[in-house]
Amino acid sequence: MAKEKPSAVQVKTFPDHHVITQPNPLRGALRYVEDKDLDDPVARAEKALEGLSGEFDNWMSIECDRLASAHATILKDGFSALARDELFRAAHDIKGDAATFGYPAAAAAAESLCRIIEHAPDLAKVPAELIAHHINAIQAIIREQSSIQRIGVANELSKRLRGVADEYLTAVNHDRPEHLEAILAPSIVPGE
Amino acid sequence: MYRIDFNKLRFLVCDDNAHMRRILRTLLHSFGAREVYESEDGATALEMFSHYVPDIVITDWSMPIFDGLELAQMIRQPEANGNPYAPIIMLTGHSEKRRVTMARDAGVTEFLAKPISAKGLYQRIMNVVANPRPFIKTKNYFGPDRRRNTNNSYVGPERRTGGEMEVMQQPSLLDKARIPG
Repeated sequence: MAKEKPSAVQVKTFPDHHVITQPNPLRGALRYVEDKDLDDPVARAEKALEGLSGEFDNWMSIECDRLASAHATILKDGFSALARDELFRAAHDIKGDAATFGYPAAAAAAESLCRIIEHAPDLAKVPAELIAHHINAIQAIIREQSSIQRIGVANELSKRLRGVADEYLTAVNHDRPEHLEAILAPSIVPGE
Repeated sequence: MYRIDFNKLRFLVCDDNAHMRRILRTLLHSFGAREVYESEDGATALEMFSHYVPDIVITDWSMPIFDGLELAQMIRQPEANGNPYAPIIMLTGHSEKRRVTMARDAGVTEFLAKPISAKGLYQRIMNVVANPRPFIKTKNYFGPDRRRNTNNSYVGPERRTGGEMEVMQQPSLLDKARIPG
């Protein structure tokens, strides 16, 4: 929509690379406004997000059902590649969505589960209780949010699970340095 | 100060999670965007990319068929259909340094770690609109300039030779990823 003509592209050629520069193709979408301009697009978007928040509990419940269903398939048929991917995607979506939907402790527990699925050398050998405890904790945090928050155990539960999962992953990856490095590296996301 | 006229931009959003697509659509529309196309997998996103020629692509990483990383690699084909220079914002639950590096090397322009926020998304869009980087084409890379190392004696496997030692005056993708979504 806001593009310059391709002929404006400049190419500088060097022995092992080209540097390609073009006038900003999206500059037509930039508009100068006075500092006193009161329109705040971020505040407007935050308000719109707040308007959606009435649906968050239901969305989280749907995500939770998906996770439970993926786990039930694994309990019944074992870890096929397809079942593993579905469990990972369900957990990964909760990790990404839950904090936005008001369930940050569920996001932390889901992240811990994702790490197990990603870094355990053989998922069939992961103690079944370790995975089950994560799933149960995520379900409890989401379904019993108000009572769990009231007694203040949601964060502690996620922290403990992460501790147990990390201990397990560190032990089983002692001869896999690339995984060990990823497990022990601090997250790039602040506050985690 | 500068603002973005979102109604002059066309977006392609790619995420397999319907709830996240709804969030993104809501944010973009409330910023003022009118044209927001959505896809739930990488293959459909690539088709839509060629068909609608979006100005900005916002993609998740983990998706069925092919993922956001593969989508970025396919978009960054200099001879491909569509616009190989289109800014790509990777919005993902992955939050490891290794992943940011992989995204950068696939030609991703900006990295936004979930959980998403209106401010984080706006900042990334503002950056790709107001501060586009030159593109670099080498034997095995085509994408936005990745050079951030100010050390003139740096020797790395992909250090480019020739030309001035220009360094982009922007934080690295990893530093940007550390900024909350």
